[in-house]
Amino acid sequence: MSEFSVEATDIVRTFNDGDFRALDGVSLQVPTGQVFGLLGPNGSGKTTMVRILSTVLAPTEGRAIVAGYDVVKQPGQVRRSIGLAGQFAAVDENLTGFENLRMVGFLNHMERSRAITRSRQLLVDFGLADFAHKLTSTYSGGMRRRLDLAAALVADPPILFLDEPTTGLDPQSRQDLWAIIEGLVEGGTTVLLTTQYLEEADRLCKQLVVLDHGKIIAEGTSSQLKSSLGNTVLVLTFASTGDAQQTLGLIADISAKPANVDGTIIELTVDKGPASAAEALRRIDSSEVVLAGLQLREPSLDDVFLNLTGHKAEDDVVVVEEKLSRRARRKAEAKV
Amino acid sequence: MTITARTTTETAPHHSSLRYAARDVVTLARRNLLALIRVPTALVFMVIQPVMFVLLFRYIFQALGAFTHGNYVNFLVPGILVQTTIFGAVGTAIGLAEDLQRGLIERFKALPMARMAVLAGRTLADSLRNVIVLVIITGVGFLVGFRPHGGFFDYIAACLVMLLFAYCLSWGFAFVGLAAPNSETAQAMTFPLIFPLTFASTIFIPLMDLPSWLQGFANNQPVSETTTAVRALMTGTPAGNSIWVSLLWSIGLVAVLAPLAVNQFRKIA
Repeated sequence: MSEFSVEATDIVRTFNDGDFRALDGVSLQVPTGQVFGLLGPNGSGKTTMVRILSTVLAPTEGRAIVAGYDVVKQPGQVRRSIGLAGQFAAVDENLTGFENLRMVGFLNHMERSRAITRSRQLLVDFGLADFAHKLTSTYSGGMRRRLDLAAALVADPPILFLDEPTTGLDPQSRQDLWAIIEGLVEGGTTVLLTTQYLEEADRLCKQLVVLDHGKIIAEGTSSQLKSSLGNTVLVLTFASTGDAQQTLGLIADISAKPANVDGTIIELTVDKGPASAAEALRRIDSSEVVLAGLQLREPSLDDVFLNLTGHKAEDDVVVVEEKLSRRARRKAEAKV
Repeated sequence: MTITARTTTETAPHHSSLRYAARDVVTLARRNLLALIRVPTALVFMVIQPVMFVLLFRYIFQALGAFTHGNYVNFLVPGILVQTTIFGAVGTAIGLAEDLQRGLIERFKALPMARMAVLAGRTLADSLRNVIVLVIITGVGFLVGFRPHGGFFDYIAACLVMLLFAYCLSWGFAFVGLAAPNSETAQAMTFPLIFPLTFASTIFIPLMDLPSWLQGFANNQPVSETTTAVRALMTGTPAGNSIWVSLLWSIGLVAVLAPLAVNQFRKIA
């Protein structure tokens, strides 16, 4: 297997006869066997990028190689190497969960018996075995999303594209899906996922790029980005100013950045929030100081975008997305 | 290090063969037919409308004495059958618009399946649904006095002529379904196409009873030709060259409309 499963060079995609540039020269390399994140707000071009890489949409300019094949010149070979789970669970409501997966198996040109065996196994793996023969119109949102992901996995593709896999899910379903994705990567699958959530990118993605208005505005590993983008702040509260002063000496060297003391509160900017907090606790615990409160303030996507672009993530860009394509509206309507 | 595209276009033989394309069409046609069983109300409503047309027109027109050319039931039922098969194409538009809306088309486009299978599977399933509807309406026709004079094979030939015509026309409605922003609009968009074609035709009344300004259009449009052909085969009225003209229209329509629909399928994402 090559070092990179996906390599895109200077991808441009325009809509409305060139009036709107959804992607404006995006290049990225997705290392094989990792989760790679495309982070950005609505309208930043994430979905357009996934559609191009999965051969659904042709790029206006640029070149993309997926699994060693050109998405424009060899789309058939690309399709045999990928699984796609789009932004909204694409399941046929008039079919059962099993029938949905079997249909995708047949359309992947799998042998009949293998498509059936594989479908059954995936339904078990994704906790849907009890609902295998129920119509998917009766499924909950989380179940649909799991079935949608299972459908992308029927042919056991080495590369998986997931477009906002957890948007709209409750926290438990989100955790479940994260665990599934991590399991897939352990098994050697390469995953490219898009997300609006910094937390999700941080949890899953080894490397990521941040998109805004169709351009990459930052890239790197999650921790690199976090230290350059927003910062996790460890906030310690004490019973007295004396305790705070005393503790400052104990923990100041945990972070390279200077601590900020305000009365009984210490604010320490750290790179690795939980690890730094644990280290601080250990040191405080072995001293005589009593800790009154501890809080980790994570940077939000808003912080990141404010930091990088000077505008908030959920600004007017939403309007641009609406203009971008009828599909966005259609899908939003379908969701309602 | 960068990877480059493989220069050889090695294609797995399984994936490119015609056999697999046919299997893709069957897979999707089967999926669309399953929806008929899962949501039977759709089929029920599809049948109710023509049944009401048969009953209302048969008794009301007869009572009005509006039809002066003999047995109106034998005139009406072949026309209603043609109208019903054509109305089936509305389902083609709605079905594809729904698939698009639900993201299923996007999923299909990312699969290594035959490109045309989505459209062929849909139009084929809709034709098979038309067969079911034809059987039911024929039965209802018999109940209210419809007595075709032609033989059994003439009847089958008549059905094939109209099924072929409806199938070829449905590719135009596939285009409408893929071009519409949602299924409701798709349905609304089909009406301005389908009503003039079916009502400004010889489906309900003979050409000579239509207003003179409408006769030119009604006499030369494909639905009238198909209706004349079907009526001739079923009840022995003069066919003229309507059978051949209907078949030519069918071929001409599919030759124009299928590429239009396929091109729209390629464009959308």
